[in-house]
Amino acid sequence: MWHYILAILPALLSGVQVTLVLFLTTLLLALPLGILVSLGLTSRFRPLRASLKAYVWLMRGTPLLLQLIFVFYGLPIINIVFQRSDAAVVAFALNYAAYFAEIFRGGLQAVPQGQIESAQVLQLSYSQTIRKIVIPQVLKNVIPAIGNEVINLVKDSSLVYVIGIGDLLRAGNVATARDVTLIPLVLVAAIYLLLTGICTLGLRQLEKHYRAWH
Amino acid sequence: MLELQHINKRIGDRQILKDLSLTIPDHAITVIVGPSGAGKTTLLRCISGLSALDSGKLLLDGEPFDPHQRPADRRAIGVVFQDFQLFPNLTVLGNITLAPTLALKLRPAEAEQKAQTLLEKLNISNLRQLYPYALSGGQKQRVALARALAMKPRLICYDEPTSALDSGLRGRVAALLLSLKAEGITQIVVTHDQDFAKTIADHMINVVPIAG
Repeated sequence: MWHYILAILPALLSGVQVTLVLFLTTLLLALPLGILVSLGLTSRFRPLRASLKAYVWLMRGTPLLLQLIFVFYGLPIINIVFQRSDAAVVAFALNYAAYFAEIFRGGLQAVPQGQIESAQVLQLSYSQTIRKIVIPQVLKNVIPAIGNEVINLVKDSSLVYVIGIGDLLRAGNVATARDVTLIPLVLVAAIYLLLTGICTLGLRQLEKHYRAWH
Repeated sequence: MLELQHINKRIGDRQILKDLSLTIPDHAITVIVGPSGAGKTTLLRCISGLSALDSGKLLLDGEPFDPHQRPADRRAIGVVFQDFQLFPNLTVLGNITLAPTLALKLRPAEAEQKAQTLLEKLNISNLRQLYPYALSGGQKQRVALARALAMKPRLICYDEPTSALDSGLRGRVAALLLSLKAEGITQIVVTHDQDFAKTIADHMINVVPIAG
């Protein structure tokens, strides 16, 4: 059996690589986008607020699987063509940014108005107040909720099989179908557990860092 | 000297301040006393620029003064909020040096040195590396005061300085305010606590809720 595991491991590891690249690029795009959208959602400019609300509604209201299909197979109809891997990143980043935006919006509302007034009488500018007072407090508020989404993202990345991308789960599926054994899928499960375990540890460290000021 | 002339202020459909005129003299403690709902906090918010006036005007040393519209005018007013509103993400030292470095553009070393002087004066230099959650109410108040003083305001406003503290600490707050008066700092105190008001006031102004 060890011999068999060693034989399929290279295929699984190249699948892990695809999964990790998708995971990291999605986070890198979706986190800043989510912050911007959340600021827009709390803006006083009504058309902006309304269109961002519609965007969040659309992204949270339809299955991610469907969104992937629309981005890869649907958008070419209106002459927007993505490569497979780009389509996956676009769909994931847009979807996760919507969830992140809602989380950040909640975090923003949890910062007391008095903190902003306190900064105002101390003559801090708007951008100084956002950077030095609001954002650190928002980050602390939202880490647990963001952490949940980050762990979801590790597993959701397996949806890319639908547009034919060879990620970890697909690598396992291929081996299982070919060799008629569940061993590859057991390995796949173990690898997902390892990845989410690493994320959990990282998030714990981050929470600990912010616990310094309660 | 800060003068308020014919100030009117409504919140929603309720008239909070009606044709209010008063003078805050320099180097003294002016106490504004009255029951809750009399508009004391609203008055402080107008003086510190957090709320706009509906009508009337403010004069500082005879010059027009508009901290709501002109951020530069806010420099003149320091505020110690009722719940202090220290920044929880910064240490005591960070709370005090933040505005001097960002708004007054002091070099960090200079801001720290000035903060240290204030901390010593207020007897809290042992707290400099602590975060606000670890402080008692009385300590938070001193930090909030140090943070306000670090901006070198013309006058300091206190909103209900005894309300968040044990009654046993009233005497210490009074002593603190009187020691600042001895240094020539102009102070405005809003309180519903008559006894406390009598202990510290050079001038007392009674406000009452406006009927209707």
